[in-house]
Amino acid sequence: MAVKFQLNGKQVSADVEPDTPLLWVIRDTFGLTGTKFGCGIAQCGACTVHLNGLTRRSCVTPVSQVDGGMVTTIEGLDGKEARAIQDAWVGIDVPQCGFCQSGQVMSATALLKEIPNPSDDNIDQAMAGNICRCATYVRIRKAIHNAADTLEG
Amino acid sequence: MTDRIFRANLSPATADSHRPGDNPTDRAAASPGLSRRGFLQGTAAAAVSLVIGVHLPGKARAQAAASAEGRPAAFAPNAFVRVAPDNTVTVMIKHIEFGQGPATGLSTLVAEELDADWGQMRAELAPADTEKYVNHLFGLQGTGGSTAMANSYEQMRKAGAAARAMLVQAAANRWGVNVGEVTVSKGTVSHAASGKSLSFGDLAGEAAKLEAPADPKLKSPDQFNLIGTKVRKLDTLDKTNGTQIFTLDLYPENMVTATILHPPQFGATVASVDASKARKIKGVIDIKTVPSGVAVYADNTFAALKGRKALEVTWDASKAETRSTRQMEQDYSKAAQKPGLNARNDGNAEKGLADADTVIEAEYFFPFLAHAPMETLDAVMQFKDGKVTAWLGSQIQTLDVGALSNVFGVDKSNITLYTQYAGGSFGRRAQPGGEFAAEAAEVTKALGSDRPVKLMWTRENDIQGGRYRPLAIHKVRGGLDKDGNIIGWDQQIAVQSFMKGTAFESGMFEDGIDASAVEGSRAMPYGITNLRIGQHLMENGVSALWWRSVEHTHNAYANETFLDELLEKAGKDPVEGRLALLGDKHPRHRGVLEKVAKMADSAGPVSSGRQRGVALHKSFGSFVAQIAEVSDNGNGEPRVHKVWCAVDCGVAVNPDVIAAQMEGGIGFGIGAVLYDAITLSEGGYVEQSNFDRYRSLRINEMPDVEVSVIQSTEAPTGVGEPGTPPSGPAIANAWRRLTGKSVYRLPLVPINV
Repeated sequence: MAVKFQLNGKQVSADVEPDTPLLWVIRDTFGLTGTKFGCGIAQCGACTVHLNGLTRRSCVTPVSQVDGGMVTTIEGLDGKEARAIQDAWVGIDVPQCGFCQSGQVMSATALLKEIPNPSDDNIDQAMAGNICRCATYVRIRKAIHNAADTLEG
Repeated sequence: MTDRIFRANLSPATADSHRPGDNPTDRAAASPGLSRRGFLQGTAAAAVSLVIGVHLPGKARAQAAASAEGRPAAFAPNAFVRVAPDNTVTVMIKHIEFGQGPATGLSTLVAEELDADWGQMRAELAPADTEKYVNHLFGLQGTGGSTAMANSYEQMRKAGAAARAMLVQAAANRWGVNVGEVTVSKGTVSHAASGKSLSFGDLAGEAAKLEAPADPKLKSPDQFNLIGTKVRKLDTLDKTNGTQIFTLDLYPENMVTATILHPPQFGATVASVDASKARKIKGVIDIKTVPSGVAVYADNTFAALKGRKALEVTWDASKAETRSTRQMEQDYSKAAQKPGLNARNDGNAEKGLADADTVIEAEYFFPFLAHAPMETLDAVMQFKDGKVTAWLGSQIQTLDVGALSNVFGVDKSNITLYTQYAGGSFGRRAQPGGEFAAEAAEVTKALGSDRPVKLMWTRENDIQGGRYRPLAIHKVRGGLDKDGNIIGWDQQIAVQSFMKGTAFESGMFEDGIDASAVEGSRAMPYGITNLRIGQHLMENGVSALWWRSVEHTHNAYANETFLDELLEKAGKDPVEGRLALLGDKHPRHRGVLEKVAKMADSAGPVSSGRQRGVALHKSFGSFVAQIAEVSDNGNGEPRVHKVWCAVDCGVAVNPDVIAAQMEGGIGFGIGAVLYDAITLSEGGYVEQSNFDRYRSLRINEMPDVEVSVIQSTEAPTGVGEPGTPPSGPAIANAWRRLTGKSVYRLPLVPINV
């Protein structure tokens, strides 16, 4: 059975086993490699995508669940919040190894869409699901504040 | 000897350099998803470049890598620098990049001497080639011991200076003027008198025909324009928009994806495999037993993961390590009660302790720790027509190539290894025996096909896969006289050696002492008369490895918490007390300690319900002092609010990268000290398997970090590791001052098993 959904604004159809996690469909079937595998049990957030505008751990989401849905990955991320976040990330060189950063950017963008000027507590709540083993957290926090400032300005 | 840098002693079999194959990447370049390849392989050489190899013996003539079309050359004056006609300057980075910053740092060195514009700089990871890309401090191509900058500082500057000299000569030739009249600034070559100017790209073709100067003149530090500034990191953008390619992201045409199931105990082996259920899974291609476990091959990742789960394997545990970590702790503790082999013995520690007015004792327990880099170990390999091509986050390329050669049974000249950007390492990817490369090779070979094979470890493979920071016991006794002077210190360290039996053994062992096991404790800078450091090397079937700062973490923790407790007992201030013990012989230790104390002081007095703790430690040539501010989070656990950090790592090539490494090193250290342990149950089974039970520090647990980089003209030393060792003792000292409880057993927050 083929699963149909929108991937980064484009209608796609995946003829895969219905229990296949969305992560592997995105990567193996559609060749979008910005979304990463980190744990496979929704503990680290490296696989974070947006499903119908909300963050979703693609490693534990069977592709059958996104039938008819809208999936956005780091490659298709757009909009003023996303641009503000990515500019802020670049502005203070947030990434170290970089492997978790797609997921961090996806979560941070969703946060800014929901709360345009988040407090430290808001950031903790929204970002605690995204592990960074390089511990770039000081800069992630700062970059989110910087992004919020540019949106306000 | 303090702060010894690893030096490998390689047998001729592994010391041989190899050259990349002539044409390994045609297919790779054509395969979508494969990363951009180096000019040295001659791929995508639409134009000719200038490449220079300054450390090669004899006269290095610039190689003009002419394209088939014979268009103007890019200028490649040595093995490190390529100036392309499009005016980009690409630096070949001989060290692996996993976030610690060599791609930017080494490019900065080249750009400085080249007088390039930072915007024209690019970085590319060099392939495995020991002759061209040796780490001078190791004697092989590899990254570790925070040596990337230290061993490249002069080499990369010379590479840049040689390229500059050739570009200047080319310009002088074209204009018919003396080289002395030609200047270079921000990527533009000029002749002031005539007002002429050219870009590097304009001159690349002519420069490529010139001879590289053997010993180009380097700038003096007062002439630096880029070194010491916060240039933008070259890999940030790709790592922010998802385009950075890691090994996991390689999908060469016709690739097979493989997973592997390892034995549940260290040292166990496969007895028999029932693969019938796994083979029924759609997409599974084959199942093979390899020396380290059972491999599942599939045409997509999920099938490979499902097949792995469906395997039914009977294991042979007759040679397995079956002790629990509790049992190991008892065995180690027993050994540590007696004096071991002296790693240091000043005065008479026993007499000092006997004469003391007050003696305190502590037995420290340090658990096994996993590195858990975000990208699990993975590799892509292909064995075709007798040649091996490997894509791998290789940290010691020379040893990995040796491992591939052994497994595939081919000469190193038939192996091409492309180092990939890696999703973290913290030591995990640096393997003295090339064990992971060997496993991936076995998995590739066992399929018996010439299709490329990607082996991807699951997080469970990673957490349960061994190569941990070794479990250790430190038994410490300290004595104070009636005036509060420390007159005796005896420290017995029981730990296994992961250097023994490797290429690093002869370089790291001296008179039976494993430098890595006792380093830090042995090099304690404090003026303590009657000081003894003893070593007990323990046997253990669980494999161990260096873990961000090798073994400085357990040494620094025991040293700096025990000292702090003695100072408190003696009624002394932790900073003043340390300064007094340092005396006047350790100016750089003093410098960072005084600086960090000033930083914390200027933040004002500590607020109620909080306490501060300090720690000081030198590792890999760099001096780091930290002060942590801690409270109780309400559950009887520490909440770390703030860490002030002062670092002296010699010339600060990029102060912002240094600060980032301190921030990350602190977070990495704190996470482990607060939350992490790998434990083995009775029978030798690892009780953690993923980030649910092997916690990682999260953003809500990360303190604010403020870093000050000491101005220095000393040669640059490491920054990837030295931020980690002081972080644990700083928070434990704060916690003790807050609660009165000494923390001898890690992790600080007890784990639930």
